[in-house]
Amino acid sequence: MEQSILTDIKNAAKKSLKARHNELADTHRQMDILNGGLFADGELPYFKDKIAQTGQFPLKPKKLEILQINVGYMCNQVCEHCHVDAGPDRKEIMNRETMEQCLEVIRNTGAHTLDLTGGAPEMNPDFRWFVEEASKAGIQDFIVRSNLTIILANKKYHDLPDFFKKHNVHVVSSMPHYTRNKTDKQRGDGVFDKSIQALQALNKVGYGMPDSNLRLDLVYNPSGAFLPGDQTALEHDFKKALKEDFDIDFHNLFAITNLPISRFLDYLLASDNYEDYMYSLVEAFNPSAVANVMCTNTISVSWDGWLYDCDFNQMLDLKVASKVKHIKDYNEEVLNDRNIVISQHCYGCTAGAGSSCQGTVA
Amino acid sequence: MANSYYDPADLRKFGNITEWSEELGKKFFDYYGKVFEEGALSAREKSLIALAVAHVVKCPYCIDAYTKDGLQRGITKEEMMEAVHAGAAIESGATLVHGVMMMNKYNKLSM
Repeated sequence: MEQSILTDIKNAAKKSLKARHNELADTHRQMDILNGGLFADGELPYFKDKIAQTGQFPLKPKKLEILQINVGYMCNQVCEHCHVDAGPDRKEIMNRETMEQCLEVIRNTGAHTLDLTGGAPEMNPDFRWFVEEASKAGIQDFIVRSNLTIILANKKYHDLPDFFKKHNVHVVSSMPHYTRNKTDKQRGDGVFDKSIQALQALNKVGYGMPDSNLRLDLVYNPSGAFLPGDQTALEHDFKKALKEDFDIDFHNLFAITNLPISRFLDYLLASDNYEDYMYSLVEAFNPSAVANVMCTNTISVSWDGWLYDCDFNQMLDLKVASKVKHIKDYNEEVLNDRNIVISQHCYGCTAGAGSSCQGTVA
Repeated sequence: MANSYYDPADLRKFGNITEWSEELGKKFFDYYGKVFEEGALSAREKSLIALAVAHVVKCPYCIDAYTKDGLQRGITKEEMMEAVHAGAAIESGATLVHGVMMMNKYNKLSM
C-alpha cells in the first residue's frame, strides 16, 4: 500500500468513524457492502447458502455458556481495526439501571462465564461497583477485557491489577504483536511500551504466572488484511519473545480474526484489500468451525441493554431474532429457541481454525 | 487472454490445474501440502525458505502467497528481508562461482 494512503488512514483513525461522520458509521451502509459486490454478483456464496450446503442453516444456539456485556464504547485508544468503533469521543455508556438489570440476569443465568467488554470497560464510572456486585454472584469464570494501556492512562487506574486480583477477575488483554512496530501501527504510538508496563504490573501481583490461578490471557488480532496463523505456534512465539525481552508471563494466546465490519472494513476498503480479504475468508471456510462459533453459546448485551447473538452483530445493530430483545425482558429459555442472525461478516468466525472471543474453535 | 501475462486473481485458480490432469494435479498438491507440514523443520522455517526461493525463481504468485503466509505466522519484515537476501546471495554466488570457470579457461588459453 502507498505510504500516503497509510498516513491518511492513520490520521483519520484518531477519531471514531462516528465522530468523523464517515458513511460506515451507518450500519445500513455496512450491511449494503456486506450483502452487495462479490456476493450479489455471485462470485462468492452468501454465508447462509454456504452453511446450508453442510446442513447447518438455520444456525441455532446450543447451551448458553457465556454472557458478554458491553458496558460502553468509550475507550482511551482508537485502534485501526476496532470493530466497536470505540474511542474517547464515544459517549455510549451503560448506566446503573441497565447494570442492575444485568445483575439480575447474572444472578440467575445458567452461563458459567461472564465477559465484560467495551470500549475500555474500566472507563465506565460504575465499572468497579458493577464488578464488585457481579463477583458476588459466584460465576465460575469472570472475564474483563482490558486494553492494558488504561492501567497507565490515569492515576485512578493504577490500582486496577490489585482490584482485579481482589475480585478474582480473569484478565484478557489485546496484544497484536510482540514487536513495538507492529503493535503501535495498529493501536497507536506508544501503546506497545505501555502495554508491556501494564503486563509487568499484572505479573507483579501474580497474574499470568505459570502456577497462578489469576488468569491472564492475551488476544492477538492480525495487524492488516490477513488471517491469523496457527494459534499454538503464535502463542509459542509470543511467550518466547515476551519472556526473553521483558520477563513477561501469560497463560494463553487467543488468535482472533478481524471481521470485515466498522473500522476494519473502512481500512479494507481504503487500502483496496476488501475483495481479496473476503476471498481469503470464504476460501478458508471450515464447516467444523461453524458448529462451535461463539454465537451458539453466547448472548451479547449492549450498553443500552439490547440483546445480540455476538458483539459483532451488536456493532451492526442486528438484534436477536427473538421475542425477547432486551435485558429487562430476559428469558433464557425463550432466547435459546431463536435462529441466529447471520450475514457475510460471519465468514470471519468460520475461517481456518475458526475465531471467537475465546480464540480458535475448531 | 488478459492484457498481462500475470493476473493476481489467477493465484486463486491454482487448484484448477487439476481439472486437466487430475492424477498429476492431485499428486502435486498432496506432495505440496505434505512438504509444508511441521517436520524436522518448523512450518515457520519452511515458510521463510519458500519466500526466499519465490524470489530466486521470481514467481510473483509465490511472493504474494508467502508474504501473506509470513504475516499470518507473525514473521517480521526484518526476518522476511533476511530470507530474501539469503536467496539473493545464493543466486549471485551461483553466478560468481562460474567466474572460476572463466578464470580456468582464460588461464588455459593464455601463454
